Amino acid sequence: MPSAINPQLLIRQYIKLFHSKKNLPGVKSSYCNLLVTVKGIQFTSVAADPSIVNLGQGFPDIPPPDYIKEALAKAASVDRLNQYTRSFGHPSLVKALAQLYGKVCNREIDPQKEILVSTGAYGCLFSTIQGLIEEGDEVIIIEPFYDCYVPMIKMAGAHPVLIPLTLKRTKDDSISSAHWVLDPEELASKFSSRTKAIIINNPNNPLGKVFTKEELQEIADLCIKHDTLCISDEVYEWLVYNGRKHTKIGMLSGMWDRTITIGSAGKTFGVTGWKLGWAIGPEHLMKHLQTVHQNALYTCPTPLQEAVAQGIWRELSLLNQPECYFNCLAKLLEEKRDQMARFVLAAGMKPIIPEGGYFMVIDVSGLNQDLSHMQDDEPYDYKFVQWMTKEKKLAAIPVSAFTGEKSKNIFEKYIRFCFIKQDSTLQAAEEILKNWNKISH
Amino acid sequence: MWRRTALSLGRRQLQGGPRGHANQVPPASFRMSHKRPARRILGVEKNIWLEFTEMAAKYKSVDLGQGFPNFSPPDFVRQAFSDVVSGEDCLMHQYTRAFGHPTLVKILAKLYGQLLGQSIDPFGDILVTVGAYEALFTAFQALVDEGDEVIIIEPFFDCYEPMVKMAGGHCVFVPLRPKGTPDKPALSSGEWALDPDELASKFTERTKAIVLNTPHNPLGKVFKREELQVIAELCVKHDVLCISDEVYEWIVFDGNEHIKIASLPGMWAQTVTIGSAGKTFSATGWKEAVARGFQRELDVLGRPESYLFQLPRQLQEKRNRLVECLLSVGMRPIIPEGGYFLIVDISALNVELPEPADEEEPYDYRFAKWLIKTKGMATIPVSAFYSLGHRKDFASYIRLCYVKEDSTLEAAEKILKEWHLTK
Repeated sequence: MPSAINPQLLIRQYIKLFHSKKNLPGVKSSYCNLLVTVKGIQFTSVAADPSIVNLGQGFPDIPPPDYIKEALAKAASVDRLNQYTRSFGHPSLVKALAQLYGKVCNREIDPQKEILVSTGAYGCLFSTIQGLIEEGDEVIIIEPFYDCYVPMIKMAGAHPVLIPLTLKRTKDDSISSAHWVLDPEELASKFSSRTKAIIINNPNNPLGKVFTKEELQEIADLCIKHDTLCISDEVYEWLVYNGRKHTKIGMLSGMWDRTITIGSAGKTFGVTGWKLGWAIGPEHLMKHLQTVHQNALYTCPTPLQEAVAQGIWRELSLLNQPECYFNCLAKLLEEKRDQMARFVLAAGMKPIIPEGGYFMVIDVSGLNQDLSHMQDDEPYDYKFVQWMTKEKKLAAIPVSAFTGEKSKNIFEKYIRFCFIKQDSTLQAAEEILKNWNKISH
Repeated sequence: MWRRTALSLGRRQLQGGPRGHANQVPPASFRMSHKRPARRILGVEKNIWLEFTEMAAKYKSVDLGQGFPNFSPPDFVRQAFSDVVSGEDCLMHQYTRAFGHPTLVKILAKLYGQLLGQSIDPFGDILVTVGAYEALFTAFQALVDEGDEVIIIEPFFDCYEPMVKMAGGHCVFVPLRPKGTPDKPALSSGEWALDPDELASKFTERTKAIVLNTPHNPLGKVFKREELQVIAELCVKHDVLCISDEVYEWIVFDGNEHIKIASLPGMWAQTVTIGSAGKTFSATGWKEAVARGFQRELDVLGRPESYLFQLPRQLQEKRNRLVECLLSVGMRPIIPEGGYFLIVDISALNVELPEPADEEEPYDYRFAKWLIKTKGMATIPVSAFYSLGHRKDFASYIRLCYVKEDSTLEAAEKILKEWHLTK
């Protein structure tokens, strides 16, 4: 590890290296993916360099709840729990999930036939797409989108059809993720006879949008009309603020039979490194996900599944009560969100206040930061993030990483901050932003 | 170097047709139903483990079927796990580097670098996955293209075939045959071998890879250097990859040596070698490794206190115990040189089985099911490890796992002895 780390140079080197090793046409990894995953060097360079405040990567630096760590330690002390378990999901976990989501969805869910446990929501998305999406199919994706959707669709030989959320005119002073909406006519125009599915991410990463029931109904009506699937990535389902309610599109009339809903232990319990997620849906679709799973990784780690099961049983008994971790975490994060919004505004940036999730998208164009000295062909937000990491020692993710080529000009003035960070991290970020104008550009 | 490296999406889109199996394009009305699965998963829905683990659980049998130990993993690995889980560093519960946690890939590079006599780049030459299963899946997805042929040695761990099919490849099978005579039957896995001419005949210009599994599941065969040399020479000659599944590499008996085909001349650059923490540290349910476990083992490699020194010796005793028992009741085991399993020839037992529900079902499947239901002992039929077309020829063996704690082996012995007495 070099002692003097030049993040900008490293970013360039690794983008170049990473792109050159990828020989899948069109499956370029986004900048977001690079920062999180490539070669470890960028991640470790930013994370290991204590002088950089890392608001880029989307994982907590706050500890997970004690009881879930204890559950894992306990599980690993039981011999049988160190060996293979049921392929589609450890029995105690799928039963707990069936109970929890049965309650939330107000329907009976079959733990054996309607649930799959996989390696994170990522694994569930992969099994869904490999199992159900055919070569030549079209899949509608809403921009900005979590960056793995497009490469997964391309790997299945299908075509992504993109539609952006756009900012609707408002007299409100403060912009929230609720102001970003789909144009219903534009959405309807994206459905064709080749459309197999639409992917929605609710709450949305990076915007934090929590789709209203009416918005979901518009999407549902189109799915039913065109007989398409809906893949609903709901990993941030428990993190909604301002009294907003998370609505599951799978619960709308006519939708259960055509929706796969995906959840995440990592996001639910603040343990992203455990890489466990689940997909829930009707048997006639789930069996295809299960086929992919049994041929791709067969089964997930047993002690992790047992520990997550214990976590879910506990939360189920406390659901809707203040002590429920889902409620505690949401409350904690709402405060952090508000704190961040204040210091970002004070620095002259314009946040889009998220209704859910743990990211905040921020318009930096008001700073008028001159970056003309940097590489021309990159979007402004990529350049801004590189410059900010180097000059201000503050890391973020450029939002155009979450869009297709055509929409980059809409989103290239935005960067994404993660606020599920401990107080010292947020304070350090606040200091940097307070002093922003004190250092000459 | 290889003719094709990764998925060629453009080509696939141009082709437009189904992958590898069905020749018909479904009618438009069927195609657009939301219920339609992707064609890549047609034909890979069945899975022997789902079927037999369910039965073993249902009939509460002594389980010598699925290959997992029912004794504890070693203390030092469990301690390492416990330290990491309960430790102060909460980042241990968050995302790590995609291709493998830095501490883990560094120790793997060191350990395998030593074993292979080769410098291994931890960040360029290693990928950590969810079990060897996912490593295999990733290898096939990345390296096998539609229409490629992949040579598989029978009997084979059952996942290879569906994985090759999902990648759009075409399986070409070549069997290991017992080199014995009626007077002197093959009694050890070492006496099962490939015919070099037959093997050579399987390589064509469409061959992309050959899959090797050593030590072998289900036979327990540990391929000798000369045998690997034959395979290596063909790989080099035909410019073919070798995917070498070596999950049982530490479990080798009777002074046999596990040889890594990647260490043979010319092979490093065209071999993907696969290992398993689950099989190394007897913790199959982890599907991930604790780097500290490997560090410890590297420090004591080859010494009596090394777990990897002790484990094969312990398992050899268990193997011997089960073999003795089987022999004493008149059964004919094939003595494995390594791995977790042995196979037993059941043809001479002349057991009368009830009429099959499915006429196509091979004899060993029926036998294994009968054994669970009537004797309370779970095993796996070996024809599950053969391609469909060859199952009927190899339907007279069952596979037993001896990597079990003593009480399980005792219970199995009791069942076998009682059965013998009633004959």
